Amino acid sequence: MEVLNSIKFTMPSLSVNESTARAVVSSFLIQCDPTVEELSDIRTAVSEAVTNAVVHAYRGTTGDIELTVRLLRNREIYIRVKDKGCGISDIEQAMQPLFTTAPEEERSGLGFSVMESFMDRLSVRSVTGRGTTVIMRKRLSGNGK
Amino acid sequence: MLTDIKNDNGTAVAVLKGEIDHHNAKSLRTELDHYIVTVQPERFAIDFGGITFMDSSGIGLIMGRSKLMKECGGSLEIRNAQPYIKRVLRLAGVERIVKVM
Repeated sequence: MEVLNSIKFTMPSLSVNESTARAVVSSFLIQCDPTVEELSDIRTAVSEAVTNAVVHAYRGTTGDIELTVRLLRNREIYIRVKDKGCGISDIEQAMQPLFTTAPEEERSGLGFSVMESFMDRLSVRSVTGRGTTVIMRKRLSGNGK
Repeated sequence: MLTDIKNDNGTAVAVLKGEIDHHNAKSLRTELDHYIVTVQPERFAIDFGGITFMDSSGIGLIMGRSKLMKECGGSLEIRNAQPYIKRVLRLAGVERIVKVM
């Protein structure tokens, strides 16, 4: 994986940082000149991943969320959202559309579905009690500037 | 977020502005529910024309308000959603349950 540029950003799992994460990703991606739709897709996927960490990983507590964004060769964007929260015991179940453990908060259970739909690749690794890492990739169209 | 609720030919239209994510959906939900329960409009619309971002938190918001409107004997519709927001709505199948204009 040849990395042309990257940022690593750590924030506490406060819900206000959902928009912070989107802003950081948007600022970094300006150099790639993405289309409006590509930028929207990536911002949405990042928002879902960070929200999962805020709502589920650190439920009732606060911990760090690490966001890494890398620009790779051939205009591929690599995004990693990592937490050290409670982890996911059954990833397959968690990734089922409409599955949620927080219906009382009107969580739709579509976070992973949105990530899968809006990005090219999605992988989720998790260890119960130790945390979750979400990795997403998306290839941008065009040649950039 | 909620800038106005206006009457459009008998439909109460809640006009929104800004971004809908998990952080701000909660306060918006409270404001909309207060209006729906207090006024009990027969037809309620949410105008997404001023919304610049929405993730799946918006889906929960819409489905919850749709359920509340049905419980109150009314109906909900979505207006002026930008194409990007319509993609999120389609992904969730919202258009099968709520009228999207």
